[in-house]
Amino acid sequence: MTIQEIESQLVDEFAAFDDWLDKYDLILDMGKSLPPIDPKYKTDQFIISGCQSKVWLHAEYRDGKVYFTADSDAIITKGIVSMLVSVLSGQTPDAIQSADLSFINRIGLNEHLSPTRSNGLASMVKQMKLYAMVFKMKG
Amino acid sequence: MAFNISDIRADFPILSQTIYKRPLIYFDNAATTQKPLQVINAISDYYLHDNCNIHRGVHYLSVKATEAFEEARKEIREFINAPSTHEVVFTKGASESLNLVAASFGKKFLGPGDEVITTIMEHHSNFVPWQIICGEKVASLKVANILPDGQLDLEHLYSLITERTKIIALTHVSNVLGTINPIKDIIAFAHAKGIPVLVDGAQGVSHLSVDVTDLDCDFYCFSGHKMYGPMGIGILYGKEKWLEELPPYQSGGEMVKDVTIEKTTYNELPFKFEAGTPNVEGVMGLRAAVQYLKKLGMEEIHAYEDKLLKHAVERLSAIKDMRFFGTAPSKASLVSFLVGDIHPFDAGTIIDKMGIAVRTGHHCAQPLIDHFGIPGTVRASFAFYNTIEEIDKLADAVSRVKTMFN
Repeated sequence: MTIQEIESQLVDEFAAFDDWLDKYDLILDMGKSLPPIDPKYKTDQFIISGCQSKVWLHAEYRDGKVYFTADSDAIITKGIVSMLVSVLSGQTPDAIQSADLSFINRIGLNEHLSPTRSNGLASMVKQMKLYAMVFKMKG
Repeated sequence: MAFNISDIRADFPILSQTIYKRPLIYFDNAATTQKPLQVINAISDYYLHDNCNIHRGVHYLSVKATEAFEEARKEIREFINAPSTHEVVFTKGASESLNLVAASFGKKFLGPGDEVITTIMEHHSNFVPWQIICGEKVASLKVANILPDGQLDLEHLYSLITERTKIIALTHVSNVLGTINPIKDIIAFAHAKGIPVLVDGAQGVSHLSVDVTDLDCDFYCFSGHKMYGPMGIGILYGKEKWLEELPPYQSGGEMVKDVTIEKTTYNELPFKFEAGTPNVEGVMGLRAAVQYLKKLGMEEIHAYEDKLLKHAVERLSAIKDMRFFGTAPSKASLVSFLVGDIHPFDAGTIIDKMGIAVRTGHHCAQPLIDHFGIPGTVRASFAFYNTIEEIDKLADAVSRVKTMFN
């Protein structure tokens, strides 16, 4: 699936709920479906530190596509991490770099990607795009 | 006066709004309090009728604004019972007051091998400035511990005092634990050894009746915005003998007496520490806030907030796996907690979606949070406009958090 298709699917899933607490229940479920990160990458080298919650991110490049695994110490952050990974993992560096990730906004979760939220997510998106750029340069 | 909550809440229009389709409940008062109409009107009245640069004009508006400004200083002096108005310095806030003392006191009185004592429960504002100046002067910063319930470990604090101790800087009330420190006793103990004491009163003035003469503190620092006044205005109270001795912190207009090409002589107190055009609107707002607090009565405020605190502790304690941080017998009206191992960010995000503003994280007190070995806490801090019903809703929200994350 393309990034746009996965994004639309996520937006549809959230549209089914009116109350914010139900939307957050869905985010928690998404956190549970995040594939686990290899413990050897859950170190300070792979940490993206926010002031409120931490994110660990690892990327691999195989057959022209970037594969991400990640984790967070906060469950809501983990849920959003899971959405970002499901949208961007397995895509080409070009697609990752040009992704605008507007689904976050359309769902109404943009506050979580604000740099002032200090949960590590804004830096995580930056880091994912940086990985894509580096992999592309290395070819 | 009797405490009429609906009258009080009518003075704070911001509280009657709806967020996420729920009535807003504001429990982030330790970060900043809301402002009553009286404060908002004082600021707009100042710009509508009196705006002028003060202390230097001879014209009508300048004289009027200067009089109001100096009248405000008198009312603030009276509010904290400072001996004289020239011991009341206007600053940007508690942080600037603390930086001023750390920088100026350090410059004059600290040297290699000297010691400053602070505590592990300090806000970064009363920790980092001392760390910086001690680094510059090759002095050492010693940190007093706390007891498990969040009280200051007085025995440890006193054991840190040596003949090299130059100043003790500590908070009146902890912004994370709520602990009210026995500062009067600490000051008496320190003075007996000839050591001055600075008190960070940022969390003190809004909850307690503060009498700097009775406390006998050498410095007392606080912010307007945590006591129902505007942001960007604060106070440094300092004993005259210290303020006279300290070198100026910033220079510019207003703080000078004579400037020649060769040298500058400084203005008298408090103007020596008020370089540049002051925040006159802030002073007008703060004056209105002080009048508002006086009208309600600090004793009455404390008694009502204590009732809120007791109710919060009772309701929240009933939730399984509740962990409180700060259970000192003498405590201001805030609760810091975690529910089991639920991350404070998770808890805070859900509580927010239920319309309740709480604060999560390290609350600018990282050494304290590290001491507990936790990622942070959820903090609900109460003010006199909060209600028992609102606290019941917080307890419901926390129960909901527990269900969601377990």
